[in-house]
Amino acid sequence: MRPPEALPTWEEGPPVGTELEPGPPPEVPRNPRQIAWTRRRASWGRIWRTYRKNTLGMIGLAVLILFALVAIFAPLLASKEGLKATCPCNGIPFSPPSLNYPLGTDNYGRSVLTLTIWGTRVSLTVGLFATAISMFIGSFIGIVAGYRGGVSESVLMRFTDWFLVIPFLPLAIVLASVLSPSLGVIIVVIGITSWPSTARIVRAQVLTVKTRPYVERSRALGASGWHLNTRHILPNVGPLIFANTILTVAIAILSESTLAFLGLGDPLSTSWGTTLQNAFSSGAAYAGQWWWIVPPGLAIVFVVLAFTLCGFALDEILNPKLRQR
Amino acid sequence: MGTRRYILSKVLQALLTLAFVMVFNFFLFRVIPGDPAALLLRGTAAFNPENVERVTHELGLDKPLPQQFLVYAQDTFTLNFGDSFFLKGQDVKTVIADRIWPTLLLVATSTLASAALGLLIGIYSGWRHGSRFDVGAQGFTLFVYSMPEFWFGILVLMAFAGGIGPFPSLFPAGGYATPGADLSGLGHAADVLNHLALPWFVLVVAYMGEYSLIMRNSLIDVMNDDFVMTARAKGVREKQILWRHVVPNAMLPTFTVVLLSLGFIFGGAITVEYVFSYPGLGLLTVQAIDSKDFPLLQGLFLLFSAAVIIANLVADILYSQLDPRVRAG
Repeated sequence: MRPPEALPTWEEGPPVGTELEPGPPPEVPRNPRQIAWTRRRASWGRIWRTYRKNTLGMIGLAVLILFALVAIFAPLLASKEGLKATCPCNGIPFSPPSLNYPLGTDNYGRSVLTLTIWGTRVSLTVGLFATAISMFIGSFIGIVAGYRGGVSESVLMRFTDWFLVIPFLPLAIVLASVLSPSLGVIIVVIGITSWPSTARIVRAQVLTVKTRPYVERSRALGASGWHLNTRHILPNVGPLIFANTILTVAIAILSESTLAFLGLGDPLSTSWGTTLQNAFSSGAAYAGQWWWIVPPGLAIVFVVLAFTLCGFALDEILNPKLRQR
Repeated sequence: MGTRRYILSKVLQALLTLAFVMVFNFFLFRVIPGDPAALLLRGTAAFNPENVERVTHELGLDKPLPQQFLVYAQDTFTLNFGDSFFLKGQDVKTVIADRIWPTLLLVATSTLASAALGLLIGIYSGWRHGSRFDVGAQGFTLFVYSMPEFWFGILVLMAFAGGIGPFPSLFPAGGYATPGADLSGLGHAADVLNHLALPWFVLVVAYMGEYSLIMRNSLIDVMNDDFVMTARAKGVREKQILWRHVVPNAMLPTFTVVLLSLGFIFGGAITVEYVFSYPGLGLLTVQAIDSKDFPLLQGLFLLFSAAVIIANLVADILYSQLDPRVRAG
C-alpha cells in the first residue's frame, strides 16, 4: 500500500499532460475562494488539454456538436408544419427518396428528413433530462452513503443493490405503462431506473476522498458536514460524475428509443423511437421501405456512439482506476 | 467467513431483494396516482362508475392496505396472479407457462452461442491487443453497443425476410412455426429452426461484443501477472501459456457475466421477439402493454425480476466456490 499522501489529488490534476504552456503570469489570488477557483479552472483546463489529444474523443465531440446544432436550429432546417399529418407540404405516402423529399416519406406523406431533424430535439432532451435526474439521485445517495457511513450507508447501499438487480427494461415498462404516456413520464421513468450504478461509483470515490489529509484538516478546523461536502468532497468527485453523466446520456437515449418503440412513448411528440415505432407498425419492414427505417436508426447509432466515445475518453482521464494502467 | 455462513447470508440477501420486488410491485399498482380499478378499465367500453366500483370490490381494493397486502402476498406465493384481460378467461399463470418454452429455446441457445463466440473473439483480441483484429473487434463491439437491438432486428428482417434488392426472401418473417402446416417429427423441427434463425442471429450478434470485451480486458490483466513471466522464463510455448495459464485465470470474471446473463433468459428478448413476432414472453409483454393488461404485466415483471435475482445468487455462490478470496473479503 502506498501512503495516502502519495495518491494524486484532484487539485493536482491528472499526471498526464501536466506540462503547462507558458501563459500570462497568474493573477495573485486575494482570498481562499479565489484560490480554489483558480485551481479548479486550471484543473479543468488540464483535463481539456489531455482530452484534446484523444482522437476518438474529439470525433465524438464533433458529432455531438453537430447534433446539438441540428436540435437547436431544427426550425431553420425544416418547418415544424411538416410534422403534422395534414400539412399541405406532405408528399405521396410511402414514396422513396426524391429531390423534394431527400429521405422519402412516411405513411402520411411526411418527409422522413423532417421527422429525423425534429426527432433530434426530443431524443436529446429526453436523454439529457433523464440523465440529470439519474445523476442527481445517484450522486446524492452515493455522497450521503460514502460520507456518513454506518447505518445510513448500509441501508442506502442495500437499496441501491435492489435497484441494481431489478432488470431495467421490465421495470421501465411497468412504470411507463402504469403512468399515462407523456414526455415527462418517460424522462422520470428513465431517470429513476438508471441511477444505481452512479451511486456505487460516487460512493467508492467519496470513500477515498474522505480520508485525504485536507478533508481531515478542514474538519479539525471545525468545518461543518455541509461545508466539507460542498467545498471539498463534491468538487473532487465532480469530474468522475461528469464522465459518468456522458455515458448515462447514451444509455438514456437508447432507453427512450426502446420504450417509444414498444409504444410507451409520448404519442404527441416525434422522437427517433416513435418514428421507428410508427414505421414498424405500418409494415415498413415487410414492404422494404428502408428510407423510413434507416435514417432515425442511424441517428440513434451516431449519437449514442458519440456520447460513448466522449464518455470513454473522459473516463480514461478522470477515472483513477483506469489512470493507473 | 465459513462457506456455509457465506451461502446463508447470500440466500438471505436474495430473499430480501425478492421481498423488495414484491412490495414494490404491490405499491406500484396501488399507490400510483389514480384509482387502479379505473386504470384497469380505462379505454374499455366498461368504463363507468358502477363497473369501477364493482372491480374495486372484486380486487379487494376497498379493504385497508395491510389487509390488501396480505392477500397479495398469499396470491404471489401461490402464483395466483388473477386473470389476464386480453386473453379472456385464462389465468396469468397458464398464459405465461405457455409462452415460456419458445423464449427458453431462443434466449438460452443464443446466450450460450454468443458467450462462446464472444469468449473466442475476446481471447484472440486480448492476446494480441492492438492488432488489426483487436481494433476491428473493438470497433464492431462499440458499434453494436450503440445500436438499438430492435433496429438491428428490423434491418435483418428487411434484408433476409422481406427480400430487398439483391436479397431474396430467405427466411420466414416471424412466428414460431408455419401456421396451418401440419408437420411432425423432423419436418416440424426444421420448420421451428427456420423460424428461429433470424431472431437467434440478432441476439447472438447483439450480445457477442459484451462478452468479448470483458474477456479481452480480463485476459490483458492476467497477461501482466508474474506467473506468466515465470512460465515464459521456463520456456513454455506461447500457445501453452495462453490456453493453459492465461485463459483459465481470465475466465473467472467472464464466467460470472455469463451466469448473470442467464438471469435474462426470460426477459432478455422483449424487443427482438416483438420484431419477429416470436410468440414468447417478450411478445407477450408487448401485447400486455398494448392492452393495458396489468395482472399479466405484474406476473411477467415478477418472473423477470425473480430470474435475475436467482441468477445473481447462483453466480455469487459459484464464484465463491471457484475463487475463495471472495469469501474471505
